[in-house]
Amino acid sequence: MTDWKNIRDILPVARQTAAELREVMLANLVLICEIPAPTFAEADRVRLILQRFTELGLENCSSDDFGNGFGLMRGTEGGRTLLLEANADTFVADRKHQAVEIFPDRIVGPFVGDNSLALAAMVTLPTLLERLGLRLRSDVLFMAASRMLNRGNIEGLRQFLDGTPMVFSAGLCVEGVQIGRLNHRCLGMLRGEILCRLPDDYRWSGPGSAGSIVPMSDVIQRLSAIPIPQRPQTTVVLGSIHGGLSYQNIARETLLKFEVRSESRDVLAAIRSQIQDVCDDVAAHKGMEVRLDIFANREPGGLDGSHPMVKAAKAVQSILGIPTVVYSTTSALSALAGKGIPAVTVGVSTGERHHELDEIDEFVSIEPMAAGLAQIAGLLMAMDGEERDGPAAVA
Amino acid sequence: MDLQQWLKSNTYHHSQFWDLRKMIAEKERRNLKLSLCIPTLNEGKTIGKEIVLFKSELMIRYPLLDEIAVIDSGSSDNTREVASAFGADVHLSSAILPELGEKKGKGENLWKALHQLKGDIIVYVDADIKNIRPHFISGLLGPLIYRPEVMYVKAFYDRPLVSPQGIRPSGGGRVTEILVRPLFSMFFPELTGLIQPLAGEYAARREVLERLPFPIGYGVETSHIIDVYKTWGLDAFAQTDMDQRVHRNQPTRDLGRMAFAILRTFFYRLHSMGMIRDLPDLNAVFRQFQCNAGVYEPVEWEWREEERPPMLEVPAYRALRGLPPPGAS
Repeated sequence: MTDWKNIRDILPVARQTAAELREVMLANLVLICEIPAPTFAEADRVRLILQRFTELGLENCSSDDFGNGFGLMRGTEGGRTLLLEANADTFVADRKHQAVEIFPDRIVGPFVGDNSLALAAMVTLPTLLERLGLRLRSDVLFMAASRMLNRGNIEGLRQFLDGTPMVFSAGLCVEGVQIGRLNHRCLGMLRGEILCRLPDDYRWSGPGSAGSIVPMSDVIQRLSAIPIPQRPQTTVVLGSIHGGLSYQNIARETLLKFEVRSESRDVLAAIRSQIQDVCDDVAAHKGMEVRLDIFANREPGGLDGSHPMVKAAKAVQSILGIPTVVYSTTSALSALAGKGIPAVTVGVSTGERHHELDEIDEFVSIEPMAAGLAQIAGLLMAMDGEERDGPAAVA
Repeated sequence: MDLQQWLKSNTYHHSQFWDLRKMIAEKERRNLKLSLCIPTLNEGKTIGKEIVLFKSELMIRYPLLDEIAVIDSGSSDNTREVASAFGADVHLSSAILPELGEKKGKGENLWKALHQLKGDIIVYVDADIKNIRPHFISGLLGPLIYRPEVMYVKAFYDRPLVSPQGIRPSGGGRVTEILVRPLFSMFFPELTGLIQPLAGEYAARREVLERLPFPIGYGVETSHIIDVYKTWGLDAFAQTDMDQRVHRNQPTRDLGRMAFAILRTFFYRLHSMGMIRDLPDLNAVFRQFQCNAGVYEPVEWEWREEERPPMLEVPAYRALRGLPPPGAS
């Protein structure tokens, strides 16, 4: 084992070594991304990841009842366990052939950044650590988490944390993009749907019969009028709307998908109540069924900016020349925060959605991936040393 | 060995060669060098993925391949730049054996690869495969690594075609089914056991390839099969099921031209083998028709076979390989 004096020494070498593993990382990315893994149907992709874990010498490579995939990297001392997590599912519906294209500077494909790249980084990391001759003292549980998106509502991670006897000293969540992100605070979040449905006795041919879309527009108008405070930071996102089948037929149902995020659980509760009022009012005035279904409710929380792990993460990013962007998130981090596990989320590369192609293709840049991967190694080292050695040497 | 026996003993599935460590050990025991050649012409959208996957999985993680080379026909897109960026050895076909001139065609690239590449076994893989996987290579190399008597291995697939309407479950290999298989059935019944004789993915030993003439165009796969069969017999072949190959669907018009070229190559092979005695001069112009503003007009395409000689007859090649000049005792 290499005797690394501190993380500062290793990060530039780690970045260089990660750059030398570019093709391995990209191959992992292609192989992962080209397996469709819509939420609740991640099994094929998780199977590949478990195969990779096994080839890389991780122990206890297996999946659980929720479709999560695990591999355990034994530390030299054990006694403490770190959790390294990345979402296994993607938003994309099952497409038989979701081909990825690779160019010298970027890779393009369906949700290649969100979140295939994070999974690719996770399965490349053991090779990087091996090349560096680096073994952590703590055990690290690698987790490809299923049922995380949409109605999955981070169920894979939550159920695992609820049921496992393992105790985690710290957690690191990995997202494909953007490199430099540092999430240590979680926003509270409500995620739900409003269904506007015609009653059974609706007069289809009566004058002014407008179906379910017009009442839904009333709902949206009134949702838009709900006052949203800037402090505490709060956002309402109307993410998707769907209704009707054709040009000439009245829509029987219209479905609106939305998310409310806030730093304050009180604000969330107030907005939830107002949304319910809007639904009830529109239902009463229009004679429609307007049903509110909140299926995800996450509490705000996380680490303060002064936490040693946050400082270590900023220091690692700084040494690697990665500009840090701090913002709050509603993703996997909230499940860890909910269990009191100190954790942060970081990204691996830059990337964007490719709107000119279609709704699902993204590109991610290849060059930043080396720093992104080195960053994960550095953060695990920092988390490994933190409790034993006091605040990580890097910070 | 009859056809049924051959199908049973020489037809593989790529999963039979999943154990790359074992293959590498056997390769080293037999002291073999393995080269991959990817012939290209304007494949910038797919070549990057092929190089990355093969380099990662078959050179870095499992050192099965000794070299990956792209032999390019002069692409006008960024094919060479992309391939080079990910570490392939990239060669312009025209720069290899320049004293022998330049001919346009995939067969020319395959032939020149023999001079440029170092391997004892050479794998050829087309560059337009969207679902490329490492098993496309290991599945072809497996029979050659484990069985010294096998000389030439062909891939076969369940080939969905990508059309604007989406994936069709089958329908690939139209030229095979409509032209080549009927011809093989008539003249070389044993070769009908090759499920996809025109597949662009195959591997062969250098000692075989360097003795074969190479048509530079569409006929190269067909002529190879006939020539290998003539000299080494059916037992020299093996074939491997690669499951699926997703690639661009060629328009019927192009397939017509391919069929025309293959048919000419086939007839000339039959003639040279004495299987047809009096072959008239075959017309070299293929005529197709198009309708232009209600008027039907012919579209003519002229095709004349050009063939490179067996590489063993090329003095520069013999010198490179340390062989005496042609004709020297």
